[in-house]
Amino acid sequence: MLQDFFKKAKYITVPQSARAKSTEQNLPPDMWHICPKCSKGQLRDEYERGIKVCPHCGHHERLSAWERISITADSGSFNETDSGLHSVNPLDFDGYSEKILSLNKSTGLEDAVITGRALIEGTPLYLGVMDSHFMMASMGSVVGERLTRMFERATDDKLPVVLFCASGGARMQEGILSLMQMAKVSAAVGRHSAAGGLYIPVLTDPTTGGVTASFAMLGDIQLAEPGATIGFAGRRVIEGTISEKLPADFQTSEFQLAHGFIDAIVPRKDMRHQLGYLLKIHSRTSNNVGGVSVGK
Amino acid sequence: MENNIDVLDRREIAKHRDRPTILYYISNIFDSFFEQHGDRLYGDDPAMWGGIAEFDGLPVTVIGHIKGGKTSDNIRSNFGMAHPEGYRKALRLMRQAEKFGRPIICIVDTPGAYCGIGAEERGQGEAIARNLLEMSALKVPIISIVTGEGGSGGALGLAVADRIFMLENATYSVISPKGFASILWKDASREREAAQKMKITAYDLLSLGVIDGIIEEPAGGAHKNAKFMAAAMHAAIQSALGQLLSRSGNELVFQRYEKFRRIGVYAENGSI
Ligand SMILES: [Zn+2]
Repeated sequence: MLQDFFKKAKYITVPQSARAKSTEQNLPPDMWHICPKCSKGQLRDEYERGIKVCPHCGHHERLSAWERISITADSGSFNETDSGLHSVNPLDFDGYSEKILSLNKSTGLEDAVITGRALIEGTPLYLGVMDSHFMMASMGSVVGERLTRMFERATDDKLPVVLFCASGGARMQEGILSLMQMAKVSAAVGRHSAAGGLYIPVLTDPTTGGVTASFAMLGDIQLAEPGATIGFAGRRVIEGTISEKLPADFQTSEFQLAHGFIDAIVPRKDMRHQLGYLLKIHSRTSNNVGGVSVGK
Repeated sequence: MENNIDVLDRREIAKHRDRPTILYYISNIFDSFFEQHGDRLYGDDPAMWGGIAEFDGLPVTVIGHIKGGKTSDNIRSNFGMAHPEGYRKALRLMRQAEKFGRPIICIVDTPGAYCGIGAEERGQGEAIARNLLEMSALKVPIISIVTGEGGSGGALGLAVADRIFMLENATYSVISPKGFASILWKDASREREAAQKMKITAYDLLSLGVIDGIIEEPAGGAHKNAKFMAAAMHAAIQSALGQLLSRSGNELVFQRYEKFRRIGVYAENGSI
């Protein structure tokens, strides 16, 4: 079944208005997925079954956490850990509890991150995935706690961590508590690292704000998907500060690669195998800690 | 202590042009000091002070934002908004403090880390992130005092500490009240209401367990009696060092981890 995701999708080029064209062909408009970047169309059915990358321009659409897990972890290997954590409303902020409840229903998620144990190409690891569909994956107490527990479990179990990062930043509705999660998770990353653990963050669209000033930038190997927005300060904030327009490629994956903050940009179709390769290399050396010869 | 002052009025006091800055505290809390410059990677950030000092004869490393004072000075120090090289200078000096077994004293006063093209190009996020990780594992005592504005990640980058104090009129927040109002309510004019809602005063943060103590200010604010303020900060540092100096590096690191580990409010297993 996984193979299906990577099969080259058949697609139809719809050069002008895809909606007009589909009407011409008597196809209902909802049978088309229109790329938000190049406005070309792809049959919705193929788009939904595929990896959500535009066949025309390569635009990587945002994935839900479960979609990401299904194309990343070995089939059936994902075991969720630390579910059952729910945001409360520490500042008594109007509408926050209701917003969480409605997102619980519409996304099926408890909060903006899923964590668990999994295999990737046979190597065991802890896998975390943030989901931008849940309050733009902002980090509040639940996200901070769940990520911290994941790094602590990985430290105890001597396993690597792969974390697909996405976030608009701190969850302002939780005030200072959201800021403190940055320190809490970073400390847990530090312990995992000091114990020799491998940590690979994969930066996806968008990775911004407080998360960028925390665990998203603390990996041993930093990966990113093509074309993701990655940066600390919001674009509009900077434009407001300097009173000029920023170039289109500012704060992209490519910008971060050029400035030395990530190791590689990996297209989605190659991500699973790239991770599998890196995990395998590190599981081999870590079996030989202190040894002179590094296995065959 | 006065616990009935409106939050925005406190912020006015904390931003008063006569409020003592880190430069005043350096010369009035410590017996002697030697200022150090540069991150050894890119440059020297005029928004970040760093150096060695003696505290009652004990060598310490002091790091902090330079903010406030005369307008020309404030412009020169970029209003306390540090660039990545500022946070990397801080980290360089903190590692040095650990090497020589010196406690670290951080003076926090910033609207936030600088938001600009150069800051992004040089990795503002990575610089702060690295400080958070490394500060959590430094084997010397760290004491941070928020003296004015504790602005988000820019403040936190100097505040992963064993003891965190706030001056009575200081605030510490994830975003400014104006930013909070304009993002969450699309109405920046509701700044005062946001400031009350956000729980950003020293009293709020003490009750949330985010800080360890409040350092009382003279009536009307620190600028009314700067000498008194420096003496009160001296007393707070002295008392904290008294508790921390006897602990081993491993104990400090373990307790600092636990201190931040506890922070967060959530329900578990559906018991909202
Ligand atoms: Zn496209």
